[in-house]
Amino acid sequence: METFWFCVIALLWLGYLFLEGFDFGVGMLLPVLGRTEAERRVLINTIGPVWDGNEVWLLVAVGATFAAFPAWYAALLSSVYLPLTLFLLALIGRGVAFEYRGKVNSARWRRVWDAVIVAGSWTAALGVGLLLSANVFGMPLDAVGDRVGSPFAAIRLETLLGAVAVAGYALVHGAVFLSLKTEGEVRERARALALKVTPFALLPLLVLLLTVQLRFGSVWTWGASIVVALAALGAYGRLVLRREGQAFALMGVAVAATVVALFGALYPDVLPSTLDPAWSLTVAGAASSPYTLTVMTWVAAFGTPAVLVYQGWTYWVFRKRIGVKHIPRVHVP
Amino acid sequence: MDVLDLARWQFGITTVYHFLMVPLTIGLSLLVAGMQTAWVRTGDRKYLAMTKFWGKLLLINFAMGVVTGIVQEFQFGMTWSAYSRFVGDVFGAPLAMEGLVAFFVESTFLGLWIFGWDRLPKKVHLACVWAFSLATIASAYFILAANSWMQHPVGVELVDGRPRLTSIWAVLGNNTVLAAFPHTIFGAFSVAATFLVGIAAWHLWRRSDDGPVWRASVKFGTWVGVVAFTGLAITGDVQGKLMFEQQPMKMAAAEALCHTESPAAFSVFAIGDVSRPDCENVKSVTVPALLSFLAHNDFTTEVKGIEDLVPMYQEKYGANYPVDPRLGELSGKPIDYVPNLPVTYWGFRLMIGFGAIAVGAGLLILWLTRGGRVPRGRWFAWLALGSIATPFLANSFGWIFTEMGRQPFVVVPNPSGVDGVWMFTARAVSSSTPGEVLTSLIALTLVYGVLACVEVFLIRRYVRAGVAGVLPGPQPDDDKSDDRGESDKKSDEDVLSFAY
Repeated sequence: METFWFCVIALLWLGYLFLEGFDFGVGMLLPVLGRTEAERRVLINTIGPVWDGNEVWLLVAVGATFAAFPAWYAALLSSVYLPLTLFLLALIGRGVAFEYRGKVNSARWRRVWDAVIVAGSWTAALGVGLLLSANVFGMPLDAVGDRVGSPFAAIRLETLLGAVAVAGYALVHGAVFLSLKTEGEVRERARALALKVTPFALLPLLVLLLTVQLRFGSVWTWGASIVVALAALGAYGRLVLRREGQAFALMGVAVAATVVALFGALYPDVLPSTLDPAWSLTVAGAASSPYTLTVMTWVAAFGTPAVLVYQGWTYWVFRKRIGVKHIPRVHVP
Repeated sequence: MDVLDLARWQFGITTVYHFLMVPLTIGLSLLVAGMQTAWVRTGDRKYLAMTKFWGKLLLINFAMGVVTGIVQEFQFGMTWSAYSRFVGDVFGAPLAMEGLVAFFVESTFLGLWIFGWDRLPKKVHLACVWAFSLATIASAYFILAANSWMQHPVGVELVDGRPRLTSIWAVLGNNTVLAAFPHTIFGAFSVAATFLVGIAAWHLWRRSDDGPVWRASVKFGTWVGVVAFTGLAITGDVQGKLMFEQQPMKMAAAEALCHTESPAAFSVFAIGDVSRPDCENVKSVTVPALLSFLAHNDFTTEVKGIEDLVPMYQEKYGANYPVDPRLGELSGKPIDYVPNLPVTYWGFRLMIGFGAIAVGAGLLILWLTRGGRVPRGRWFAWLALGSIATPFLANSFGWIFTEMGRQPFVVVPNPSGVDGVWMFTARAVSSSTPGEVLTSLIALTLVYGVLACVEVFLIRRYVRAGVAGVLPGPQPDDDKSDDRGESDKKSDEDVLSFAY
């Protein structure tokens, strides 16, 4: 049961990285791919109806961690305190920016919110990477699960690598998403950019996986890491052939395999202590009681399929490519 | 300041702030759903205008509610990690349920509603706003169930010094949440109703266009207000009786009642400092025996005073904090079982007082606008707009009272519950450094402050613009205008009916 919930949480992270990954990418690429106001609106509106629903995956991943592994939730969030604060501020900023940017018809007003979107998306993507890699590589925790040492203990070479890895992934994922969801010049530009940056932007992710494998890997997580590399390569190839949908799907495979590799390497720990392996939080040690996990399993068993259905329906409703010609004229007070 | 104080300030600031957005979202979303239903059923453009206008204000407000809510989900782990470990087996479940069952629905269907105008079939689009607004209510239920468990822990056993969940139904069916939930929802409707009446009355005063829209809004808001404020009084009374049983110290703190009284009088207001030990000498205007009635439905019940409760609490839960370096300055010190009396006493009165002012202002506006007349004086604009603030204040003070009144506990002991299932706030805090919490406290407060200005600026702008700001009249040369795109979906020039 504990292992099952460990997998559920990995799945929630997968959903989050896959969905908000392209949200972040779109925000990060806003000034690069959106050269005119209409183009920037095209970019933002590709994720307009869905970004909020995508973000809920994070909240549920964190909430489910609280319910199923309270000790993990407590140790991770309290030990990565300052980077997390910055991450939350970034999420606050970009969320408000999406909603408010178009509410006043003024170039200056939009410039400010565009800057918030770009900065917030970069910061948040880097933050997720830092948080996840700090989790995988471990934190200096004592026997209780409290951090020993500096507030900046989460900022190390390997976690910075993780931060850059996720940001690079989000960049590529966002570009591929945009090449799938837009038309006209923006689409061409997104595709060209994806082709240009992929070799560099996905490199940190592969280095991260290699580092994790060398340190914690087992045979099957090696398999997952290799799948990541192959899927990334495949996505690149599909993009060259202008099969954007397939490229996007392969990016999904890559991120799924990434999550499998990272959480697989983590298991049976949920959060290693870098000070003493005996203090590491484990799946068995950090879990809630069997009754609580049973309750949560029932909720997840009904809730998760429903979420997949109605979020899938949203993507179906808004499945069409968007171009400059679709953007309505501004009408605001 | 130490980590405990900083963490409490941070939680207080972020939560009170978050709860400025929440009741308006909950109340307004259902009212907007009602308006849209009226439009779909009658086809009357007035109802469409109402849906668009109030819906836009709802969206401006909702964005802020969402982003400030994210912080809440993380904050327990970040600043209250010891609490999270202690209660995780029970407390995490309703939070996770809220996300999985309610918040997903909320955010997904809101996206569908915003962007689905003219794109989804009318009835499906209407269903989206209902799904969204009902999910906000479900969301409130789970969060309140979690909070109510802190006020009145049920459905648990004590294993290895930690509460362990034995019945989720007991937690979700806790009598505390059964009272707190309707009270909070009526509170949300009181906010939304006053918002409607205040803004619409202001437009009537300005002689704005679309008079029928504003008159219908005043009428709608009035009816909702009548129900909401009546409901608030009734559920508040139920809550008072539960508090008397479950948290006698909070009851005494609400009244700054030093000595046990039988029958107990209700203090209307006090002159002087109500904090201990001076509370004995405060001049207070009282209604005899009313407190007994509020506590137990008769005019004779004895209500325990603070001086008699303190020894009882000391005997049951200890006189001193344990010696533990994690407790910092409090380690080994006597436990102060009395909440901050000025805050609880005045918080309770301000809650009721602002609620009463809201009712009074609403009735006054109603009477002044009877039979289609509208006063011309500037004072009427002030009255209409000023009244909007009052239920917000009542809500905030109510929560400040509830949460401050349970100190020094974060999980209040349940007098008829399992022994040992309680926690002092001082023990709940993370082992973070003060610098960390101070940094986040300052950063969050600054960002929230800026965003408050932005939200007020936007709401003001959209309120001023009235219906024309959200629903332009027909434009023959171009129908690509925001919110009113063409509905010919087959067309190659298919324009988004709404876009950011």
